[in-house]
Parts: sequence; C-alpha cells; structure tokens
Amino acid sequence: MTYTPEVRERLERDAKEIIARYPKPRSALLPLLHLVQSEDGYVTDHGQQFCADMLGLTKAEVTAVSTFYTMYKRRPMGEYHVGVCINTLCAVMGGDQIYAELSEHLGVGHDEATSDGKVSLERLECNAACDFAPVMMVNWEFFDNMTPESAKRLVDDLRAGKEVAPTRGPSKLCTFKQASRVLAGFPDGLAGEGASAGEASLEGLKLAKARGWEAPEASK
Amino acid sequence: MTTLTPILTKNWDEADSFTRAGYERGGGYQAVRTALGMNPDDIIQAVKDSGLRGRGGAGFPTGMKWGFIPQGDGKPHYLVVNADESEPGTCKDIPLMMANPHALVEGVIITSFAIRANHAFIYVRGEVLHVIRRLQAAIAEAYEAGYLGANILGSGYDLELTLHTGAGAYICGEETALLDSLEGYRGQPRLKPPFPAVAGLYAAPTVINNVESIASVPSIIGNGAEWFASMGTEKSKGFGIFSLSGHVTRPGQYEAPLGITLRELLEMAGGMRNGKRLKFWTPGGSSTPIFTEEHLDVPLDFESVGAAGSMLGTRALQIFDESTCVVRAVLRWTEFYAHESCGKCTPCREGTYWLKQVLARLEKGQGTEEDLGTITDIADNILGRSFCALGDGATSPITSSVQYFRDEYLKHFEIGGCPFDPAASTLWADA
Repeated sequence: MTYTPEVRERLERDAKEIIARYPKPRSALLPLLHLVQSEDGYVTDHGQQFCADMLGLTKAEVTAVSTFYTMYKRRPMGEYHVGVCINTLCAVMGGDQIYAELSEHLGVGHDEATSDGKVSLERLECNAACDFAPVMMVNWEFFDNMTPESAKRLVDDLRAGKEVAPTRGPSKLCTFKQASRVLAGFPDGLAGEGASAGEASLEGLKLAKARGWEAPEASK
Repeated sequence: MTTLTPILTKNWDEADSFTRAGYERGGGYQAVRTALGMNPDDIIQAVKDSGLRGRGGAGFPTGMKWGFIPQGDGKPHYLVVNADESEPGTCKDIPLMMANPHALVEGVIITSFAIRANHAFIYVRGEVLHVIRRLQAAIAEAYEAGYLGANILGSGYDLELTLHTGAGAYICGEETALLDSLEGYRGQPRLKPPFPAVAGLYAAPTVINNVESIASVPSIIGNGAEWFASMGTEKSKGFGIFSLSGHVTRPGQYEAPLGITLRELLEMAGGMRNGKRLKFWTPGGSSTPIFTEEHLDVPLDFESVGAAGSMLGTRALQIFDESTCVVRAVLRWTEFYAHESCGKCTPCREGTYWLKQVLARLEKGQGTEEDLGTITDIADNILGRSFCALGDGATSPITSSVQYFRDEYLKHFEIGGCPFDPAASTLWADA
C-alpha cells in the first residue's frame, strides 16, 4: 500500500515543517515516525518508506530506529491505547491487579487491541507520576489513583463511545492518531485546558502555606 | 527543624501558572533581562558560586559543566535539556513542566546565553501528552513575547528553541544516548571521552542538563548566588523537589533544602499510611541502593546519602511498608532494567537477562541459597563493567536487598512461595 497523492502531498508539507526545526535533517526521524502514526495508527511499511524518502535514508535505517522505541507500534493499536504502569511502585500499589483484571475483562494481552479496534492494552514502565499510584495512561494522558473497578469502567466507557476526561489533562480524550500528531509537534490548542497541577503535586505547597513556611528573602 | 522552601513549586496552585501572564505575575522573565545585560562568563561564575549541582541524579556541579564549553572555537554550541524523566520513582520534572513550563524556558534562555549557544533543545519523553502541550504553548508564547528568536529583547542575542519528543526508551535519559536519539538514531550510549562539552550534539560542544537544574537558574540570577547557597548543606547547596510516593499518608512533591531527612519529610506527609511500619525505601529512584528504617535520619544531601551506602539520585523517595515483599519489588525493578537495556554492551544485556530469570525463580520459592550467590555475582560482573550507568543502576536493588533482607529471600524457598499477600499493599487495602 502507498499513500494517495493528496495524502502524500499533505504529509510532505508536514514533514518539511518538521525537518526545518533541526540543523540536520536526520534529527527529524523520531517526530516523522510520530507523524506516520498520526496518519496510519501505527508505523506502517509505507510510512517508514515515506520517512526514508524524506530524509534520504534506506528503509532499513528507518526500521532500525523505529523498532528500538516502544511508542512506535508495529501493528494497529486501538483508537484508545490504554497503559497500566506495572513498574514496582505502581505494581505494589495495585497496578498488577489492575492489569490482570483489565486484561481478562478485555480479552487482550500486552500490545493487543480488542476486535472492535476501540481499545488496546500495554504494560507500561514508570510514567513519572508515582505520587498518583496506581497510574494508567490513555493515549498518553494521566489517569491517577486507579482501582480495578475504575479501570474497567474506564475501558467500558471508551468502548461505548462515551466522553472520558483524564485526571490531569484536557476536558476530553483525543484519539491515538490525534495524540500522535501532537507528539510530532503540531499543537492541538488544548494546552490551556485542565488544572495546573494535580492534588498530590500540591501537597508540599499546601503544607508550606498552612505553616507559613517560605524560601529565604533574596540577598540582593 | 528543616522547613519547606517553595520556589519552583510556588505558583503551582494558581489556575494560570503555566501561562506567560501567570508566570510574569510572580516575577517571571525578570531574571532573563538581568542576564542579558551581564557578561556571559559572569553568569557561569554566578552559577558556580551558587553551588548548584545537577538535579538529574549525578550531582555534577552545573557551573563547572558550563565552564567546560570551549569559547571562541568557531563551532556552534548547543544546550540540550534532559526532560526524559523515566527513572522509576522519579516524578518531579513532569509536574514542574506541566505547571511551570516558563521557568524552564527562562532557564534555557539564560543558560544558552551563558554558554554562547544559539540553538537549544528540550528532549521530553513522549508518554506525557499534556506536558508536551504545555511546553509547546510556553515556547510559542516566549517567541511571541520576544524572549526567543532573533535579537531577544533588543540585546542582539538570537536563540532558537526546539521541543523534541522521544518515543519510549528509558536509556535516552543517559545523556549520550539522548544525543544519539536526538540525532535520529537508536538511543544507545556513546563512549566517553570525548565528553559532550567537547563533542556532543552533531559533534559540537554541548551542555546537557536536567529540567530542574535549568529551571533553578532564573532564581539564582534573580536572587543571587548567596541566596541559593544559603539553603542546603555545605557541599550540597540549594533546594530541590523531593517526591514521596507509595505507602505514605500524603504522597506528593515537597520542595525543601538539600539535607532534609526522610523522618522530617514523613512527618510533613502525614506519616506512614494506616500507621504501618516503614520497611524499605529508595532515596533517589530504583537505581539507588535501598535504605531501611535505620536510615530515617540520614540527611538527604549528596555526601551523607553516599556515606550511608546509597546515592541522592533524583530525590525519588519510594516508600514501602511492612506489607511489601522486597523480593517481588526487586524482581520487578530487574525486569525493568532487562527490558530497557539497550543491548550495546554484554555485561548489561546478558547480566540483566539472567538476573531476571534467577529472581523470578527465587520469588516463586523455587530457588536455592546458591541462587543468592549467583545474583550477587552477576551484579558484581555488571557493576563498573557496563558501558553506561543503566547497568550499574540495575545492580543497586539486588545488592542492597540481599544485604538488608537476606532472611526474606531465604524464607521464600523455605516455604516454597511468597510469604506476603499482595492485596495488603494496594491503594485500596483495608486500614
């Protein structure tokens, strides 16, 4: 399969914009692969050929890179890609149980999608939100302090097409393809939505205010 | 008693803290005006005088790192911000960039000006969509306001700032692997020397600093090096964000002078959850050897934590209570290192693979006492023999857990299984 001339023309315009951000074109390879995922939903053969064409690389050189990084998927994922953190802290706090119950509930394993193409599941390594454990991510948005029940409700809502909002993020989830486009460096205008910080992020500040603690005065 | 010092976290509870208007209302973008009127060498000196040491784990003096950049060499210089925060337990840079991205952008401008770079990059991990949105918006706002681009604030200084999104690889937090990744290759570490200060991005002189280090720079220029140095300890100066997670009553981010203790932080965080007993904890992420109850009063600064047998790392305090099986915890960390090993060097690639196999057997209660010797032997053969710090980090949980909890390992094969109930350590476990 290849891109239609219209799609190819649009992608080339985007690709040139990405390449122009860097002193050397090859630096654009990672964002170009995100761009391919925003079009195809995963890193397709023809998408990798497109990256190779744009950067003057061989397809083998592109594949060598795309296979190294876990965010590049080599088969179609769901419209909503659901990750459960199973690194030690989240696992101990309940991530192991959440993953096990979710996998059984959906009938899919790691990096597999449901037959309706709505949801895919991933065992995630630490996603830098440990104070909100157990943590889940959907299309790389934060879902904090999850339980097996809230996790199953979440995927049921996603499969039923209901609107779902992350704990820290915009007022509703975008699709995997839309998220990939933001990762390729094309803003979606949603940066202003959502809170500045989650509850746990503010615990220290809240305590400092309650006890009247401040940093020292400036010395000049 | 040590008290908290909100500086980088000070505006996080304001609804518009992540916007330029919100940041400027709190005095943001004043330091950059001061800096652009200074001699770049004086900025480097101020950061040296402040005593700021890298906040990404290694603790290398930041000003000294900047001073290694050869000046007048006719080559382009680059600043690369390491925003690939992925060390298990570490969760400070992500909320910082979500709530206060302009502090990072302002730090980038001042640092780039000091090292005479005209192009800077923020390499952010890809798995944090909303943080990426906030960074994109902050950079766009900074361009609009004339803080980035050509002739910044009429100073004649030009700077481009590119946000680069990673794609899921812990190893890219290693600075030379990050550079390879930024150049469009697999993220594998480079041989050092040459160090990045001499041959970094595109073989040009490059400074690579952690998010929190760079975000601290405006406060140093704005308030003075002495102000920064007035906090912390003699050799570990200043403040840092301490991230408490796990079995504590109020997990979260606590910004405090270096040298605070876990006992003090635990008191602030409402103590251990459900009044349970502390069993083990990491002072700075999973790559730092674990501590126990006996280390509650170790000052959390680079020297004291080192002297007690671990590393300050990223101040990622993962707290585990008596309900947690240490063998399970170590197995999971080991699976992580095996998964994330880039495969370039043999000790790390093969060592982490075999550690995982033996630990899995131990956890199921199917091991022998000889296996304990095997895992510490493997760890000895990885430590100091790997290409980069990932391999070294993989050995920390192994050796420290065998040191402190040998009996718990033995218990597993005495009873032929794990003596703990995993349900008891979950978020929803009964009090």
